[in-house]
Amino acid sequence: MVASLARRFGDLDIAEEAAGDAFLAAAERWPIDGQPANPGGWLMTTATRRAIDRLRRENVRDQRHRAAAMITHQPDPVGIVEDDQLRLIFTCCHPALAPEARTALTLRLVAGLTVPEIARAFLIPETTLAQRITRAKSKIRAAAIPLRVPEREDLANRLADVLAVIYLIFNEGYLPGEPGHADLAAEGVRLARLMRGLMPTDGEVAGLLALMLLTESRRGSRYGTSGELVTLADQGRGGWDHALIAEGHALVRERLASGLSPGVYQLQAAINAVHTDAGDARDTDWSQVVALYDQLYALQPTPVVALNRAVAIAEMDGPEVALAIVEPLDLVGYHSWHVTRADLLRRLGRSREARAAYARAIELAVNPGEIAYLTRRLGELVG
Amino acid sequence: MTQYLLSVYDRPGDRERPLETMQPLFEAVDRFNAKLQAEGHWVFAGGLADQSTATVVEAKGGDVVVTDGPFLETKEYLGGFWIIEAADLDVALGLAKEGAIACTNPVEVRPFMAEDELPVE
Repeated sequence: MVASLARRFGDLDIAEEAAGDAFLAAAERWPIDGQPANPGGWLMTTATRRAIDRLRRENVRDQRHRAAAMITHQPDPVGIVEDDQLRLIFTCCHPALAPEARTALTLRLVAGLTVPEIARAFLIPETTLAQRITRAKSKIRAAAIPLRVPEREDLANRLADVLAVIYLIFNEGYLPGEPGHADLAAEGVRLARLMRGLMPTDGEVAGLLALMLLTESRRGSRYGTSGELVTLADQGRGGWDHALIAEGHALVRERLASGLSPGVYQLQAAINAVHTDAGDARDTDWSQVVALYDQLYALQPTPVVALNRAVAIAEMDGPEVALAIVEPLDLVGYHSWHVTRADLLRRLGRSREARAAYARAIELAVNPGEIAYLTRRLGELVG
Repeated sequence: MTQYLLSVYDRPGDRERPLETMQPLFEAVDRFNAKLQAEGHWVFAGGLADQSTATVVEAKGGDVVVTDGPFLETKEYLGGFWIIEAADLDVALGLAKEGAIACTNPVEVRPFMAEDELPVE
């Protein structure tokens, strides 16, 4: 709704506020009047009226003409990108905005995430993120960055950012156990499918879609009946969605057959393909996983990739080798670093250190299912 | 419509280039200026004399001090500018690209502050 209002009114703040106003009005009116026959249409009409009211109030001076023009003009032609949300993503990824502002703005406006949620996804303080978003919005307004249909050439230029944003949206839906956020994973998949339709020959678009499908295929197996997290190794493979796996594998095979060197999403999809290929966790081809992580690390030498690579190395070369890689990584604020350390220390029988690492991981974790899993692991430590 | 300042930054040595290398640039800039005028983007433009010709006037306490030289001692400095009017930043950036190609120097695009964006107490 925000995306569609932004397209109509060309102003992000007005779109956001009008959508908020409409939901508020619904919360007040519907319990009294009953739910309208077409709730989506009702919300959209109400939001449009609120936006027009707001524009009228705000544009009392020289902007009056501009406002009048916006109200009476037909909406822009939709152009290459027909989906409002996808189009808003491309707008938020304008090259005149700082790269870190582009993703933050998209997550706020398109995915509707809150500032604390986005700050957590980026591992940065909330105040920094709030400033980033405010600065980006005021640049859009002051420099008149248009909320318009991207040109064909913009698609290629802004692709990397757009894919990064779609993946973050998906992850936000997939990772924490916040209610209402499961939809974000589906939204991520939907946007990736739209991108695939838009750019069917792009390898990274195919790679990202495959990565999401293969990740999504395991959703149903990630939590036990008690709500506790189940790690990949312990997941019942019968519970995986084999239709999604087949679709993901087909995409990975298509990319392999192209013979072109893979980008980061294609490599991550390939890693997931190896995992979902094994009939049992013990049959996982770890050397293949490590080789793919080596390639990924060459393209993206970040501590988080190094950490994930170390997890695979632990399976192949043992926990001691892996721990030597993990220890020096600069990730003390990242809960997965503590989880990995805890597990490696436990396997090495270094219980006292493992206990401290589990405790720190529990402090930093936000997902109740993961906290339950880590707490059980901590309790099982002997010595 | 938004007004934008397109600042052209000169780099060390730019001003010492011989006339025969500068002539095609002048011609390209003239063509670009003509286009701005023909398409209704033109507000004002000008090239500045060398920065060694600058003088700074500054009010300090009750005094006004006049000193020789530019205010900022930097390697890159403002060499000239265009003031244009454009529908949005994409249009302004498109024009700035043409300007940057014509004058062969970096061009900074910055919107003028709108009346309704002046800070209010």
